[in-house]
Amino acid sequence: MSVADLFSVAAISGGLFFFLAGTVGLLRFPDSLTRLHALTKADNLGLGLVVLGLLPHAGGLLGSLKLVAVWLLVLLGSATVAQIIAHALRHREPSP
Amino acid sequence: MTEFLLAAAGFILLTVAVGLVRILAGPANVDRTMAAQLLGTGGIASLLLVAAATGARGAEDVALGLALLAAFASVAFVNSASPSHDDDQEQADR
Repeated sequence: MSVADLFSVAAISGGLFFFLAGTVGLLRFPDSLTRLHALTKADNLGLGLVVLGLLPHAGGLLGSLKLVAVWLLVLLGSATVAQIIAHALRHREPSP
Repeated sequence: MTEFLLAAAGFILLTVAVGLVRILAGPANVDRTMAAQLLGTGGIASLLLVAAATGARGAEDVALGLALLAAFASVAFVNSASPSHDDDQEQADR
């Protein structure tokens, strides 16, 4: 097992942990806003770590850039979605 | 390495499937949307892992499409859930 493979295994394992954390958060947190928090942060960190672990196997600069582009697109989309869902939630139920 | 990548993809799909329990449990539609959003992120990660494991580079393009659709799904949900005149009112306030 080469150094690149060890790096991949470590980064992807970290990513798996954060995906698990996101699911546990979605299932266990008490209300919608905290669930939104677990979903839009933990999962994106997990995806980032998975992408980081896949970079040595991406096959060249172009493949690596594509993986990073996927992650950036997900980050952008997820941050936007978190804001608009939180806004809609707050609009519907004003906090006490 | 291939086995590890495929196992990681399977593990992510498993956690996402467990998270889909939130669709059954609810309680509000917004929670169900969030579970679908989880399916989007987890599906993207699984597709990227499968693409690296099998060498089928086309799966990365599918992941890109899934990223786009997952974002659009939530935008469409918020648009349909909140009444449109509320938004207009708020924009008039700003």
